[in-house]
Amino acid sequence: MRKIISVLLLSIVAVGIYLSVSHIPFGAPKTKVGGHYVEQGMEETGAANMVTSVVVIYRGFDTLGEVTVLFIAAVGLAAVLGIAGQQGFPREPASFVLRNACVVIFPLILLCGTYIFAHGHLTPGGGFQGGVVIASAFVLSYLGGRERRISKRLFGSVESLAGLVFVTTGLIGLAVGGYFLSRILPNGRPYSLLSAGIIPIIYIAIGFKVGSELAGIIDNLIEETK
Amino acid sequence: MILIVSLLVLLMLVGAVAACVFKDLLSAIIAAALVSLIAAVLFYFLQAPDVAMAEAAVGAALTTAIFVVAIRRTNRYEQ
Amino acid sequence: MTFLENYVFYVGAFGLVLIGLFTILVKRNLIKAIIGLAILDTGVNLFLISVGYLARGTAPIYTRAEQGAQPMVDPVPQALVLTAIVIGVAVLALALALAIRLYRHYGTLDLRKITEQRW
Repeated sequence: MRKIISVLLLSIVAVGIYLSVSHIPFGAPKTKVGGHYVEQGMEETGAANMVTSVVVIYRGFDTLGEVTVLFIAAVGLAAVLGIAGQQGFPREPASFVLRNACVVIFPLILLCGTYIFAHGHLTPGGGFQGGVVIASAFVLSYLGGRERRISKRLFGSVESLAGLVFVTTGLIGLAVGGYFLSRILPNGRPYSLLSAGIIPIIYIAIGFKVGSELAGIIDNLIEETK
Repeated sequence: MILIVSLLVLLMLVGAVAACVFKDLLSAIIAAALVSLIAAVLFYFLQAPDVAMAEAAVGAALTTAIFVVAIRRTNRYEQ
Repeated sequence: MTFLENYVFYVGAFGLVLIGLFTILVKRNLIKAIIGLAILDTGVNLFLISVGYLARGTAPIYTRAEQGAQPMVDPVPQALVLTAIVIGVAVLALALALAIRLYRHYGTLDLRKITEQRW
């Protein structure tokens, strides 16, 4: 009964979707603002990767909101699970191969994540992707059954510091240039690592923030015992 | 090219149906990870390498990890 | 064939959306419903990216090499989806934490049994 009603409702939704989407042509230009970003973005921001310049410069305030949502989700998770404090978690010991492979691979994954968010303005990648890669390194280290845990206080400080760097850069821009996240640094030589003004600073801050938040979420979910 | 894309889309939808049908939640989670991975390949075909990178890292690693941790805390089978 | 070329990404995206909705509506297991939510999320992201695609476009990244006359795809939906994916995983983790909490309290993940017990 429940299934029949659901299928009926979903078929109505599907007809509605078909009627509206069949008027959206695939592969045709639809907005003018995208064209402006693509044509003028290189001169205006100095970043080779247009997605980065949209995320950090043109929609930078929006990104601050998104990072805040991420923070609230992490805080809510810790509150819902009701974690008392540092307590060890019972675990089966990992096998010899897994344990030692984790020791070797863990710093390499961290290095890869750092590369991804430091080169966000030149190549595909950036703070969000690099942060996710760093968090997955911590997943691997928990799978490897490492006894030593990363302290919650360290995660918290890194996260707060990264958020502070983001907001401070924006506020300095407000004081100097007249609007939030205005471009206070020169664009520099294009295609070099130290270019594109404030984009590398913001994206490195986002990388640390996302990485520490997601690793903290994993840590809370794993730690929670009884 | 279009045939490869169509095949991938078909495989992705099959994976989604499998994630819906499986009674064993662990298998359903792996099927959902397959959906995410194929979606990452489709993002690459749609000329969005940034998004493909994020989707691959999130879908294959993080989402699967948190689901596995969650079913370890609860119940593996759907009654 | 032209239908396939024009609509294959839309079909994939909305197929995922409908399958995810069906899972949320029908399944009574909470973790199964959250898996449906993840699939729905992927479908919506795929639709947004395929709306921003330009025919014969390249990725919106300048390189030193000669570009030619190829257009670049729209970077705005890509930027939106990029943040949406990362937020999606945090929201999924929050939902799973609520499910774990419910399981600890009621001893089951079945929604029918939870509503029977009331508290």
